[in-house]
Amino acid sequence: MKNPIENLNKIFDSRIRLGVMSILMVNEEVSFNDLKQMMEVTDGNLASHIVNLEENGFIKVHKGFIGRKTNTTYSITKAGEKAFKEHIEALENMIKGVR
Amino acid sequence: MDSQHQPLETLQDIKRMMERSSRFISLSGWSGISAGICALMGAWAAYLRLKGFLVYHSGRTHQGIYAEESASYNLFIDLMIIAAITFAAALISAFFFTYIRTRRNGVPMWDRTVQRLAWNTILPMAVGGIVILRALELGYYEMVAPGCLIFYGLALVNASKYTLGEVRYLGYGQIILGILNLWIINEGLYFWAAGFGILHIVYGAVMWWKYER
Repeated sequence: MKNPIENLNKIFDSRIRLGVMSILMVNEEVSFNDLKQMMEVTDGNLASHIVNLEENGFIKVHKGFIGRKTNTTYSITKAGEKAFKEHIEALENMIKGVR
Repeated sequence: MDSQHQPLETLQDIKRMMERSSRFISLSGWSGISAGICALMGAWAAYLRLKGFLVYHSGRTHQGIYAEESASYNLFIDLMIIAAITFAAALISAFFFTYIRTRRNGVPMWDRTVQRLAWNTILPMAVGGIVILRALELGYYEMVAPGCLIFYGLALVNASKYTLGEVRYLGYGQIILGILNLWIINEGLYFWAAGFGILHIVYGAVMWWKYER
């Protein structure tokens, strides 16, 4: 029998990473502050998870400015979209397998 | 047991995040109900003013042209004032109920989802407003009610992508009434009251029943 969790992506184990990916799936571009607001996490916590996702090539970072304030936005990459969809599918199959 | 429920929870988490980040879901059903009541009161006030005008003028056939013109000018100004008060009252009350609901849900009132919703509603409505102003200027008074209904309906259909999906059906309702009104002219006030008053109340009540009870 196939291992039902072999397609689960370890990177999406964290709730925060999962949250970032789900938000970026449905929004073209989201700023750091909006992500923070929607997930109710601290700066440092969110930043470290974002670095991880970026290093894996799942999200793209765009640094910009609004006046003098930095405005960093994020968007999902093709690879990120694919990995996330596979992860959701794996989760779904897992639930179907249980029932 | 826990290991079985965890993936289900994760999926629900994903779904919730996707919803919450792309749609403003704290629109209150009471907003619809209150806006509808404001609209009915506004329509009633306009009806009384119009009736008064017609009664007054059918009784006096020998009025000079000048008096006639100034009376209809007064009527026009009064109707515009009624419309402005109705619109402001509906907007403020709708805003108020939605504000209360965002407070209770603990979500911010002014985030990206609201900004997107506001822009996508205001754009078609502003364009419609310009069209209606021009129609008034040209004296096509029959076009005002259908114009309001049609552009408002289009704004709602557009907005439904950024908030509760059911707003779409309210929009369809307004558009249908507006189009019917294009051919059944001179009954504009009734169509206006049905669309802005009754449809809003029905929609608000359904939304309240479904999400807030």
